[in-house]
Amino acid sequence: MNLLPDFRTLRPATAAEAAAALAGAGARPLAGGTDLLPNLRRGLGEPAVLVDLSALPDFTAVAVLADGGLLIGAGATLEDLAAHPTVRNDFPVLAQAALGVAGPTHRAAATLGGNLCQDTRCIFYNQSEWWREGNGWCLKLKGDKCHVVAKSDRCYATYHGDVAPALMVLDAAIDIAGPAATRTVPVAELFAEKGDRHLTLEPGEFVAAIRVPPPSGWRSGYEKARIRDAVDFPLAGIAVALRRDGDILAGLRVAVTGTNSAPLTVAVPDLVGRPWDRESAARLADAVRKTSLVLKTTVMGAKYRRRVAQGLATRLAATLWAAG
Amino acid sequence: MKSILALTVNGRRREDLVPDNMLLIDYLREVAGLTGTKQGCDGGECGACTVLVDDRPRLACSTLAHQAAGKRVETVEGLSRSGRMSALQQAFHEKLGTQCGFCTPGMIMAAEALLRKNPDPDRDEIRAALAGNLCRCTGYVKIVESVEAAKGVAP
Ligand SMILES: Cc1cc2nc3c(=O)[nH]c(=O)nc-3n(C[C@H](O)[C@H](O)[C@H](O)COP(=O)(O)OP(=O)(O)OC[C@H]3O[C@@H](n4cnc5c(N)ncnc54)[C@H](O)[C@@H]3O)c2cc1C
Ligand code: FES
Ligand code: FES
Repeated sequence: MNLLPDFRTLRPATAAEAAAALAGAGARPLAGGTDLLPNLRRGLGEPAVLVDLSALPDFTAVAVLADGGLLIGAGATLEDLAAHPTVRNDFPVLAQAALGVAGPTHRAAATLGGNLCQDTRCIFYNQSEWWREGNGWCLKLKGDKCHVVAKSDRCYATYHGDVAPALMVLDAAIDIAGPAATRTVPVAELFAEKGDRHLTLEPGEFVAAIRVPPPSGWRSGYEKARIRDAVDFPLAGIAVALRRDGDILAGLRVAVTGTNSAPLTVAVPDLVGRPWDRESAARLADAVRKTSLVLKTTVMGAKYRRRVAQGLATRLAATLWAAG
Repeated sequence: MKSILALTVNGRRREDLVPDNMLLIDYLREVAGLTGTKQGCDGGECGACTVLVDDRPRLACSTLAHQAAGKRVETVEGLSRSGRMSALQQAFHEKLGTQCGFCTPGMIMAAEALLRKNPDPDRDEIRAALAGNLCRCTGYVKIVESVEAAKGVAP
């Protein structure tokens, strides 16, 4: 492990101050620190300033709105989110995804904003500095080649956040604060499919809050495959929201994580308007296969991750369909 | 860059001049002299460094000292009263929840956090609360039994 770089820490009291601090050279947000600090100990980044967002007003609140939707401060902890009665009842996919992150002690500190913005991961990147140096560095940091896809000119580090796909199937949006006026974008637009620059935030911008529309008849769930059930990142994670109208599948939203450099929505247009059956399951598995690009970025082989993503999606959709 | 850190450690208010980039574990062990908290993996994986911050468990190896500003930090040293172990510590001792002892301070603090929130946890709740704490010796059975033995006993 490396010593931490010699950064300064600021704790702004307003969003405007935070944006100004984050616009400075080498500045990065700090939330719970459960992703950032272990990474910095491995020499993955050398920020000059960490901007601790924890003192921002309303940053940690989980509010239920009059229409039944949610307004969640980006600093809400995953523990609080997973335990919140309305989240558990009306947005089970969100509670399940939050509860599936890391271990209980991580979740007591880990925030929703930090979970969304966590770094991408790769077996050639999440290593000590001397390991990476011995391996000739890589495209994501300090190097000019990718060890996952030889001769590639892009980085294939994988996004393993659990909560983003849950928010995507809930059709949630993100309030992004920054030097200019706050802008609100669909969750998917926070991400770009680039392993070394997977967030679309501009300098000075940060995730301020997350808006979830009312559940209005959607049921939802999240499932992840991981090596140890207690702590690990998803080898693949699947979020599904489904609406059933009698014997007809009236709506289906699916998102996948742990497979690509960004969490992705799986397009499933030909499944809606008919009953859920074996044919639907086969089509969904095919759609998941086409959306995801699983490469050898984890210790577990890519073939298993590809198959488990499809299996989780069809099992979860079938379970939600059968729930009545 | 250093600045003043004011917080409460094991019930006593402290003020120290602390580097901005100092981890909470290094502050506790090297500045406050509280070496009960252990550094295992040193990277957020093992739970050996678990302390309480405002009653919630927290990995001291993945927290900056300044993130605890104004808060109540408790380490395993803070559990005993006038030299007597707490009921939870006593249970780990009697039920053989500790062998080499390296994971024990973190296990005890994670269990302490659970018992403060839920004084009567069942076996599954105990296992879930300790899921992020690794032990290479006991096989966990004795640890779960220790927490079960401590619940309901006055601290
Ligand atoms: C052993 C272990 C297991 C883990 N398992 C999982 C897992 O299963 N699933 C999972 O999803 N994660 C996992 N994690 C990663 C991490 O714990 C979580 O993603 C956590 O939610 C990160 O939140 P945080 O508040 O601690 O973020 P931080 O570490 O504080 O920040 C993470 C990143 O996001 C940026 N950031 C933080 N807040 C904001 C904001 N509001 N706006 C813009 N940028 C921001 C930071 O600059 C940093 O780059 C694991 C970590 C460890 C150590
Ligand atoms: S030393 Fe902190 S989790 Fe291992
Ligand atoms: S008692 Fe040795 S690691 Fe747990």
